[in-house]
Order: sequence, then structure tokens, then C-alpha cells
Amino acid sequence: MKEFAGSTGLVLNEPLLFDKGKKGRSGISLPRRDVEFSPLDETLAGDGPDFPDLSEVEVVRHFTRLSTWNFGVDTGMYPLGSCTMKYNPKTNEKQAALPGFARAHPLLPVGLSQGALKVMFELERLLSEITGMDAVSLQPAAGAHGEFAGMLVFHAYHASKGSRRSKIIVPDTAHGTNPASAALCGYSPVNVKSNEKGVLSADVIAAVMDDETAGIMVTNPNTLGFFEENIREIAEIVHAKDGLVYADGANMNAMLGIVSMGDLGIDVLHLNLHKTFSTPHGGGGPGAGPICVRKHLEPFLPVPRIIEDNEKYHLSYDFPLSIGKLHAFYGNTGIIIRAYSYILSLGPELKKVSQLAVLNANYIKEKLKDTLQLAYDRPCMHECVFSDKLQASLKVTTLDMVKRLIDYGFHPPTIYFPLVVPGAIMIEPTETESKEDLDLFVEAFKEIVTEAEEDPERLYNAPYRTKVRRLDETSAARNPRLTCGDGA
Amino acid sequence: MRYLPHTEEDVTQMLQVARASSLDDLFSSIPDACRRKTDLRLPEPLTEWELNDLMASLSQSMAVAPAYKVFLGAGSYEHHIPASVSYLLGRSEFSTSYTPYQPEISQGTLQAVFEYQTFVASLLGMDVANASLYDGASALAEALLMAARVNRLDKMAISSLIHPLYRRVVKTYLEPAGFEIIELPYSADGRTELGKLESIEGLAAVAVQSPNFFGCMEDLGAASASLTRGTKTLLVVSFTEPLAYGLYKSPGSQGADICCGEGQSFGIPQSYGGPGLGMFACLRQYVRSMPGRLVGRTEDREGKRGFVLTLATREQHIRREKATSNICTNSGLCAVTAAMYMASLGGSGIRELARLNYDKSEYLKKELRKAGFKVPFASPTFNEFVVEFPAGFEAIHQRLLGDKVVAGLPLAPYYPEVPNHYLMCATETKTQKDMDTLVSQLKRG
Repeated sequence: MKEFAGSTGLVLNEPLLFDKGKKGRSGISLPRRDVEFSPLDETLAGDGPDFPDLSEVEVVRHFTRLSTWNFGVDTGMYPLGSCTMKYNPKTNEKQAALPGFARAHPLLPVGLSQGALKVMFELERLLSEITGMDAVSLQPAAGAHGEFAGMLVFHAYHASKGSRRSKIIVPDTAHGTNPASAALCGYSPVNVKSNEKGVLSADVIAAVMDDETAGIMVTNPNTLGFFEENIREIAEIVHAKDGLVYADGANMNAMLGIVSMGDLGIDVLHLNLHKTFSTPHGGGGPGAGPICVRKHLEPFLPVPRIIEDNEKYHLSYDFPLSIGKLHAFYGNTGIIIRAYSYILSLGPELKKVSQLAVLNANYIKEKLKDTLQLAYDRPCMHECVFSDKLQASLKVTTLDMVKRLIDYGFHPPTIYFPLVVPGAIMIEPTETESKEDLDLFVEAFKEIVTEAEEDPERLYNAPYRTKVRRLDETSAARNPRLTCGDGA
Repeated sequence: MRYLPHTEEDVTQMLQVARASSLDDLFSSIPDACRRKTDLRLPEPLTEWELNDLMASLSQSMAVAPAYKVFLGAGSYEHHIPASVSYLLGRSEFSTSYTPYQPEISQGTLQAVFEYQTFVASLLGMDVANASLYDGASALAEALLMAARVNRLDKMAISSLIHPLYRRVVKTYLEPAGFEIIELPYSADGRTELGKLESIEGLAAVAVQSPNFFGCMEDLGAASASLTRGTKTLLVVSFTEPLAYGLYKSPGSQGADICCGEGQSFGIPQSYGGPGLGMFACLRQYVRSMPGRLVGRTEDREGKRGFVLTLATREQHIRREKATSNICTNSGLCAVTAAMYMASLGGSGIRELARLNYDKSEYLKKELRKAGFKVPFASPTFNEFVVEFPAGFEAIHQRLLGDKVVAGLPLAPYYPEVPNHYLMCATETKTQKDMDTLVSQLKRG
């Protein structure tokens, strides 16, 4: 009998902050008042917000207790498909927190901010080498922001030729944010289906690609974990109508040193530094979503661009075809520094990252394929997709199984996505999980399936060991209570 | 490599299970024509200790406190950050988790964000706040898109005293879809000129920033009053310095429909401009048109209080191309940081700190006036204001950089009509002595 990480323990309660504190306490050291009070225009003066007054100890204990109700990559395996929850190296945090970076004002004269500019310039070059694309902008703040930037580039490219297109092709295996990003540029998505192998066929694209269509958004490898093997042919079809190919790089963790995206006919690619390049997800952000383009699209990249001249770095807005600005300043520099640190720490070993990520996914696929129904029984890239089909007769669903997985000490995989697989269970272990942990994960899933056969009730009510049990999401949406003052 | 746990033996065993002959063989589904032809040309891996040396030396080239006295604001503010906030933020249960889609094991993030939403709504005087957007600039763009959705109109008026870089972002977001943007001029007192508004028909929104880019508090009451005559135009109030609302009336109390801006001032390092925190709040009647995530309170099966992401039917993963925004990853950890910071300040602390910021900058303003420099805009300010220096000041500004002083931000690149005008910021981090030194350096020329 193996010992799983999930266990009972002392879970502490903690009230809402707004039910704590006493008037007159303070959790901050206020700087010395060395200037007089100045007269204030009383017609503009307000009463200030009704925050509770708390001591430093109260604040520290509050958030420390809250943190113990959370599960992070540092807590355990977090196999969320298409999210790449790999280990977040601690040295990256240290580098981003260096006072020279953390305390730097974004509008410092460039002569006084060479270090940050150099990091950004160099990271652009490194990402260019890794992706095989010609030019990079680090400005987008997240993946969806990068997608939006990419769609703006499409839009600007066609505008520069005096045309405006109205549609965009989005396969059923693309990343979830794609249609909403395209809609911001006024493109309506044309949905296309993947074939029986879980990839796109060239003829499906040929059938819909026309002069009104700006291009295609593909995720490669796609959200089924397969490499789009017809991508070059698809790109040719799209290019023949002067369309462009966008690749969502959410799944780049399988491609480092394996595939050069620039060789595939891809025109624009976004990366998620918080996936592939190890920066932490922060409970939902901040991330960074750089975009990489081929030479002919470089004039459209966001401004300012970082320009190097004799090892001196400048910021230039002088790109008349640019799509403009997407971020108040230059992007999420704090995240950029972490990704730079990661790439410098691995160098050419990044290829090993992808190899081991793919090895881990295929290992899980083989170990679990007799337990769960495989959506497509063929070798996968960095993630594999199962479904709850084999458990249907037991009336046990994907949700029931993954909620039970929590009790064993694992974060659930991505579920019910991609939509093309009903009851999908999408597992991306990443390269930073060891064989022992993968074995435990597999064992946990097998035990859960056994439980499903013997006592399905047990799964319906899972999880049991968490701070709270399954929550009532329906009433939360019907009667939204969004602040502490909203009816307790 | 210390992040990769596989031994050679592990790899051999696992390849056997995966029925692959080698690591390369795992990629056999990729056609040869698609395979990378060359090895990655990247520098050899650095050890942890080599990386420390390299990054330390790069960071040392940056001009930061305490060696430098930086009197810059303009959307990024130097405030003290308590050690307790930095330590709490280091709890990796917060930082290494994903978006809280599995609420049973994400209650820490969910409750903290719920508390953040409460803090923001209270600070801005609004009903509801979301779980964050990327930064102040994209928050403003999203606010305008939201107003267009609510009103089904595609024309907006925005103040020319909104941060010029935010206006550029707004342009990027709004232009491709064909929205029309009208810029409102500013008047001699450093506030937006609202007189023309009455003659413009069919506006989805009017957007002003307060404190505005010149540091001046806008007359939001007047802005709101100018809209109420039979129009449904939404008043969008943007900000770059939320600490101002510890001293001044909140936008909500003066008629704002949507209030959004940058929250970096609340415990988030300046980090050369990012990541920041897009704060976003609105009236309850518009909540279903809001962009971004929302955390709501609910109960579990045993009746215990808990929190979940809610109203997800607005969002991209459900509504697809009809979503209220494409945002997915936001600035979650920065929102949690801001909650920690606002909790540390408390209601009493935020009043005191805001007042101190005001008094510091008023001191600097007074001393500069005494020294013979002009403060051209008369409207009340918070912690930054515009100074007009004599012609040729640029050389002095440049020389002071050599003395490790950044004496404000030149306005001419953004407002060519006001040469020799500089935006000067003094927060609680500046001592009287720092300011006296600055004034004497400026006088000396």
C-alpha cells in the first residue's frame, strides 16, 4: 500500500478581514511627519474608506491561514492540461526582487535603466532563437493579451494592403480564449473540426479559407496533445489567399529544441512565460504573453521597441505601421526577468525539458489507458486526454473522479476541455514531476476507479479532506454576493 | 539540472512503458519536414551562483532609491512596502497556484480576492469590483468597451489629461473595431474642459482621470452633472494613484458609473512598469457586462461559508466570441498583494498616509514657488504637480541626473504646447531634507 500525500490535519478557521480588527490598530510603520499640515480644499476632501484597522500580527496570521487552504505547485503535482504547471524556480523570484529591478521607475531616462533594457532585449533574442521566429515583442501581459496582439497584427497587415477581412478560422482543438480575442478585432470565428486522428486536415481548411478570411488560429501541439502534422500544408493554403497563420503557444512546452515554429509557415506565435518558461501563475496571474513574428510582420509589432546600438539600449516609438501600445509601459518586466533567469539557467538543456515533458505524458497515458478511456489511442506530446466513458455505466463522472483525486493530495487535471471530447480529463504532468510522483498519481486514479465500482456515493460527495466541501455555484451566480457587505 | 528529476534509469524504464526506443523517438509523429534542423544556439547553462552575479550586475545599473532621489510619478509611484507584505506574498501556496477553478483547494486565493474586491469597492465608493485586469491602461480600455456594450453606442469622449500612455492603449484596443474617440481639451486650471460635452450626441462614455496626468483633482461632481440631462452616457473615472482616495472623495460618491485604474501603489513593486494591477469597479446594475473574473460568496454542502468564481457566463471560456472580454490570466497575485497592503494600512492608516503624501508634495510645491519657479495649474493636487522651469532647464535636469537626482518628468514629449513643464512627485518616501536639497540644487541651476 502506497502512502499518498493527502491526509487529514488541523485546518484552521479564519474570519473575513472585515469582521476583524479594532479602531486604532495599525499594521504599518508610518513614516515620520517632518512637514506641516497644509491647507486642504474641504469641498474635495472625503471621509476615506471604511477599512478595518488591524495589527501587523493579525494581518500576517490572516493571510498565512488563508494560504494553507490553497494548493500550489510547491504543494504537489498539478497536472492541468494546456496550463503547464511546472515547478517555479526560487532563484527567479530572487532575481526579480533585486532592488535595482523591483524599485525601478518605468519612465527613468534610458541611460539610467540599461540593465532592465538589456534583459528585455536579450530575452527577445533568446525567444527568437528558441521559436525560430524573427522578431519578438514582450509587451503583452498574458496569453490572451498576446492573442489579441496577434489579431491586431493580422488586422494591421491587411489594412496596410488596403483590405479588411471579417472572418478567422478557429479549430475545435484551439485554446479557449481564441474566439474572444479574435472578436476584439471584429473577426467572426469560423469553427472547423479536427479529424479522426485529432488533428486538422488540409482539405477542411481549404474548404473554408477565402479572401474574406484573415487567417487561422491554431494551437500546436493542440489541446488534444497532438502535433498538427499538416500544419505546413495548411499554412500554404492560408497564405495562398494572403491570409496569415497564428499559433497559440500555450503548448510550447513540448516543442523546445524539437520544432522551429518559424519553419512551419507560422506568421505570429505567442508564448506564455508563465507556462513554458516557469514563471509562477500567481493564483491567476500576472503572467506575460510575448508575441513572435516573422520578418514581414515585424513593422507591425507593438511600440515601443527596444533598439540596440553599440551595446546601448533605447526605446523607439518610430514604427509608423505598428499596432500601437498594449501595456501602460513595456510589459510585465518582473515576469520577464524570471523567464530570462530560467532560460539562462537551462540553456541548450531546454530541449531536455520538452523531451521529459513528453516522456511523462506518454508514461501516464500508457499507465492509465486500461483504467480510463483514451480519447485517441496514439502517442501524444506533452499532455494526454482521457474521458469518463468507461465509468458512464457506474454513473460516475469526470467531475466526481477528479474531486476525489483532491483527497489523495493531487490537484485535478483540466476537465471538460477540449469540448471535442465529452467528459474530457486532460493531463499535463510537465517535466518537473518525478517517476515516483507519476506512479503515485496513477495509483491514486486506479484506486478511485475501484472506489467508483464499489461505492460510487463516496465519489459523489468528494472531496472530504479540504477546508470546504463541494460548493453551491448555482446560487452564487443567481444571487451574486461579491463583497463582504453583500448579505452574509 | 536541478529542476529535472529524471535519472538515466528512470528514463530507460519510462521509455519502455511508453514503447519508444529513445527520447527522440517520442516525437516520431512530427513529420521530418517539421523537425528543427539545428540545435538550440543558446549560451551554456549558468549555475545558480553565476546567475546571481550576472543579475546583480545588471540590476546595479538601474537608478533606484536610496542611491538616487527619484521625483517621478506619472503612473508609477514609490511607496514604502512593509516587510510583512513581501513575506506574506512569498507564501508559495498563493504564488504557485493556478486560477482558482477548483474552489475546494483554492479557498485561500478565493477569500483573499473576495476581500480585495471589498477593499476596492469601498475605496472607490462603488458597488462591485472585479478580481483584477492587467494594468490601469488596459482597465480603461476595457471600461470603454464595456460602456459601448451597455449603451450600444460606439462614440466616446476622453480627457486629454488621462495618462498619455493609457490613451495610446485605448486607441490600440478601440480603433480596429471602428470606435470613435473624441479628446476633450484641458483648461488653464489644469482640469478637463467639460463645456463641449453638451453639444456631443450619442456618447457611450465620458472618461476622465482624477487625479489627472497633471496631478490635479478633477471636478467629478461637475462631470457627472453634465451627463445627467436625459443621457445614458456612462461616467468612467480612471486613476493612476488610488491612494488619493484616502484623502479625497471617492469617484463613486460623485457619480462614477465605472471606476478603473492602476493599483501599483498598494504594495506592488514598481518593477520598471509591470506587472501592475488593473483595478476595476462599477455600479451593481452593470455587473453582468463587466469584464474579468469575479469571486462570490456561497456555501458548501455542509452549509459552511466558501467562495467560488462566479458569473462565468460573461467570460471567454464559456461565452467564446460573445464574452465581455478575452481576459483569462489577470493580475491575481498583485490583487492579493494589494489586499495585504490595504489590510495593513487600515482605515485609519490610509487616511494618515494619504494626508502625509499630500502634505509632502504641498511642502515641495511651496518651496519651489518660494525659489521662484511657477506652478501653473491652480487646481488642488495629491502627491504630484506640474512645475514650469525657465527656458533651457533641460540641461539642468540632465546635470542633476549626474548628481543622482531625477527632477521630475518633462511634459513636452506628451504635451508639446508646454515646454519646460515638469511633472514632479513627492510621496511619503521623500524627507523634508530630500526636498530641501532638490530645491537648492534647482536654484543653483
